[in-house]
Amino acid sequence: MRILIVGGGTGGTIIANNLARRLATEIRKHKASITMLSASDRHMYQPGLLYVAFGQMMPDELYRDQASLLETTIDFHVDPVEEFNLDDNRVKTKNGTVYNYDVLVIATGSRIMPRKIPGLEEGSETFYTEESAVSMFKSLRNFEGGKVAIVVGVPHKCPIAPVEITFALHDYFKERGIRDKVEIKYHYPINRIHSIENVAIWAKPQFDEMGIEYETLFNVEEVDVENKIVKSMEGSEYNYDLLISIPEHHGEEVIEKNKLGVDGWIPTDRHQLTMEGHDNVYVVGDTTNLPVSKTGSAAHFEAEIIAENIASIIKIGIPVSEYDGKVYCFIEAGRDKATYANFNYLNPPDLKPANKSMHWFKMSYNQMYWTSVRGLL
Amino acid sequence: MSETKVIDACNTYCPGPLMELITYMKQAEVGDTLELLSTDQGTASDVPEWVNKIGHEMVSSEKIGKIWHIKVRKAK
Repeated sequence: MRILIVGGGTGGTIIANNLARRLATEIRKHKASITMLSASDRHMYQPGLLYVAFGQMMPDELYRDQASLLETTIDFHVDPVEEFNLDDNRVKTKNGTVYNYDVLVIATGSRIMPRKIPGLEEGSETFYTEESAVSMFKSLRNFEGGKVAIVVGVPHKCPIAPVEITFALHDYFKERGIRDKVEIKYHYPINRIHSIENVAIWAKPQFDEMGIEYETLFNVEEVDVENKIVKSMEGSEYNYDLLISIPEHHGEEVIEKNKLGVDGWIPTDRHQLTMEGHDNVYVVGDTTNLPVSKTGSAAHFEAEIIAENIASIIKIGIPVSEYDGKVYCFIEAGRDKATYANFNYLNPPDLKPANKSMHWFKMSYNQMYWTSVRGLL
Repeated sequence: MSETKVIDACNTYCPGPLMELITYMKQAEVGDTLELLSTDQGTASDVPEWVNKIGHEMVSSEKIGKIWHIKVRKAK
């Protein structure tokens, strides 16, 4: 059984390592093989970008060599896939190599698309890439006061990020002693301040206490960079001095080019995590079109289900598990306290008051991630 | 007349039904109708509020069993 994993992010790496252990015997007897194709020889801990944007982590702390994270039985190549031929069970890479497979896992992730909104790319700071997170920190360091606007595109990775970045901005300016010179205004696409009702209920009184203004039903249509005005599709606008954006995301370009899914999101069965119409193709993490959070956490829990099912299909012929929509998200509520949201398809999160212990747990997890992605945690 | 695109946002808390509708509305062409399925009671009021504010067109909204079926036409 030839298992091919395309993408070396959180989901792909956990699946590969999990399978390598579950199928150790089959691999040793040459009855199964695991190959991973990735666009990079490095693995980034993406949640760390939020800390880079506030000068709390250095970019080099976010990376490990991808090969060092993988079980030695995994055949790893830095050679991104350019062509998917699902009907013939094969892919072709940038180098021109053809890989045939029996089971395919697509774990290519997502990317920011600020260019979808006129003016957003040149007019705003963001933190979803190393370069942009460093640029955002430099802008924050140079900011001496004025109006800060936070705007949110749809869909976006890490749905908790808008409230986290807002709390962090409040604390950052407070620590610098200039909070009274800064007006922070949060803009959100739907009619409450977070998509999860309990998060909105939890965050709203804190926004009020911190003096953070908010406007809901604000979907960015255009940024007038010259006059520093951000305009919404709903007809309102706001004059800013510093614009922080959470840009709209798409799946990777290779998914769109191969017509596997509109905007790069692959239609996926919400329980089996197989691609619609292709039972031997699994989709994990941001790459799916599932109505679940695009987070490393969702990718992690999905990856465990996928690995368990691929292994059971090889061993007994049928899958044994279904994904229940589980997501566990830390929520940083400033620079020194945090809480969490734990939920699935059927049960909403029940948020607890933020505390320092949860913040330090999150800081620890920033290091524990490397154990997690190896499939040991 | 274009085909109605069905968006299954039943039993989901994040990103939630209205976020799902906004995502798919961006992909749609002017004149397309989207049908949002949701088990969230709040969707019945949240969606019309957004649709009216942004200037799209509410086609229908009805609850069948436990599921809200809300049809919206993209107007701009």
